[in-house]
Amino acid sequence: MATVAPILAVTGNEAVAEAMRQINPDVVAAYPITPQTEIVQIFAQYVADGKVDTEFITVESEHSAMSAVIGSAAGGARTMTATSSQGLALMWELLHVASGYRLPIVMANVNRALSGPINIHCDHSDSMGCRDTGWIQIYGEAHQEAYDNHLMAVRIAEHPEVRTPVMTMTDGFIVSGAIGPLQELETEQVQEFIGPFTAINPLLDSAHPVTVGPFDGLHGWFFEHKAAQQQAMDRALEVVDDVAREYAELSGRRYDLLDPYRMDDAEIAIVVVGSTAGATRMVVDKLRSQGVKAGMIRVRLFRPFPHAEYAKLLGRCRVVGVLDRAESFGAQGGPLFLEVRTALYDCDPRPKVLPFIYGLGGRDIFPDNIEEAFAALRKAASAKKVDTRRRYLNLRKDEV
Amino acid sequence: MTKIVDLPEGEFVLSGNRACAGCSLGIGLRAITKALDGQMVMTVPASCLTVLGGMYPVSSVTVPWINVAFASTAAAATGVAAGLRAMGRADGLTVLAMAGDGGTGDIGIQALSGAAERNEDFIYLCYDNEAYMNTGTQRSSHTPRGARTTTTWAGKRENPKDMPAIMEAHGIPYVASTSAVYPDDVYDKVAKARGIRGLRYIQMSTACPPGWGFDPRDTVRLGKLAVQTGLTVLYEVQNGVFGLTSASRTLAQAGRRRPVAELIAAQGRFKGMSDEDVGEIQAWIDSRWERFMAREADPAGH
Repeated sequence: MATVAPILAVTGNEAVAEAMRQINPDVVAAYPITPQTEIVQIFAQYVADGKVDTEFITVESEHSAMSAVIGSAAGGARTMTATSSQGLALMWELLHVASGYRLPIVMANVNRALSGPINIHCDHSDSMGCRDTGWIQIYGEAHQEAYDNHLMAVRIAEHPEVRTPVMTMTDGFIVSGAIGPLQELETEQVQEFIGPFTAINPLLDSAHPVTVGPFDGLHGWFFEHKAAQQQAMDRALEVVDDVAREYAELSGRRYDLLDPYRMDDAEIAIVVVGSTAGATRMVVDKLRSQGVKAGMIRVRLFRPFPHAEYAKLLGRCRVVGVLDRAESFGAQGGPLFLEVRTALYDCDPRPKVLPFIYGLGGRDIFPDNIEEAFAALRKAASAKKVDTRRRYLNLRKDEV
Repeated sequence: MTKIVDLPEGEFVLSGNRACAGCSLGIGLRAITKALDGQMVMTVPASCLTVLGGMYPVSSVTVPWINVAFASTAAAATGVAAGLRAMGRADGLTVLAMAGDGGTGDIGIQALSGAAERNEDFIYLCYDNEAYMNTGTQRSSHTPRGARTTTTWAGKRENPKDMPAIMEAHGIPYVASTSAVYPDDVYDKVAKARGIRGLRYIQMSTACPPGWGFDPRDTVRLGKLAVQTGLTVLYEVQNGVFGLTSASRTLAQAGRRRPVAELIAAQGRFKGMSDEDVGEIQAWIDSRWERFMAREADPAGH
């Protein structure tokens, strides 16, 4: 059933806060940080206005925010937080604790560069930096998806086959601070969709006392716990898709594990994360109008990474360009490049994969820059020998 | 005041736990859990207490317990308390955050200070064994002057941080100092704290045979000697009103403290201290004790 809701004009942060209002979590603990702060402010207003009955804790750091939500989620409460950049980095050791304890926490991360030097603008180094912390990671492109992802994240995190925390990403400022369209569900629909949260072995069940995360020695079960987490990640692929299908019936908006554009017969393609997909689509259309078989895949689910889907869609291409808005210093390319190239390794024939770095610290990316990337892919498609070193888009080359 | 023989018989800390021989933490934890009648949820950082708690899949306690990161104890307790409120259980269970001196006064102080400023509803109990004992006796901000640790081989040069005073400055409803070798005093303070809402801070001196360098059979003797010298002072501050308790009160009434040299001579960690250094520590204890006496004479006048 597709709903016809009015189109609201909201910031990306308002879209996330709206999702949180309709979810009405038991506990939210958060700390202000640019560009996420607006989510906390708006949510605090909802608390003050009695629009939610959440226990809202204004902790003194993100380290404490993540520690507090671990405590409340372990207790059996539906729990959320939100952060950006340094805040996410400060949470880092606790991210492992949250996933290791299999706590279904949902966190909005508004992407921002990591210091230093200090920079408050968008790149993906914060969330890419914690890609191995055992959290499910879902990237959105714009406002509607920021809202939709957050609602679906609750179902994914709490699914008994998954029980793993989820972070949803939106691009700082570009989406979080800009006005865009949003169609909301009715709060009753949201409540029906997410359903009640039933914790497994909650800490607050004092009649059945449990120790959460006990020390387990040199000959203990730590290794098996980690293998179990990976199995949950594997199962999450199907669960994410199932939840998306159910969400589509409710909202009329169907989200796949990845978001392909004109990939059916594409010979060259770009893989990209977040808001840059909009400009990339435009460039793809332009190239198509010139007879170039160009395509694009926008990343949605980064952890777990649906490598089989990437191999299926990109395996027919001759050259694939991966646009990373984060660095992996000393590696052959950015984090997404490493992932995509690995996914394509078993393809026969195997597409060439080229790494591009762009947009660090909020550096603008223009259609010209994306055309430049496609031009490099076209050149590589006909070249015998290809230089596969990093290519930078819109870098002041003279200054490096 | 509750006598040891009158403590409830119910046990929430099981025998055969993994504490070191002669560890006073086990004595203290028994009294703490009895005072809360086991109706509690614990948050614990990586520490001696984690080890005492047992190794998966067995546990040494019969109360709910969550291990968290080193700096997280007070913040995790904040979250547990919020969860209790959200689920309508706030009156049923007491949240007990329990960490060592390093986990409290060093790495954990930010989360604790934040929770105290917000007056979160839990008891924070710092068991003070005066160094990072679980990692092999490294100095902490609570290590006394003169003590040798594995990071202060020539003896620490600074006096210990006064965490109860810092916590008192937050204006929280209850602050107390106790010693694990006086389980009756521990029991009374935790039982009193149980009936108070908001953040309650209790610091429990916890004599440590391997870290302090004494025979495990001397734990209680050493712990009591620390009180008799006036180095460890048993007191409480409830809503700003000060009072000595138990053996410290008796000591104040008797007016005669044992010299700290006796305590120093009984511990390997102070071996080789000069008389001058011992004298300076004695002078520091004396002036501290005078301040406690002044507060005892004028309980609300601080």
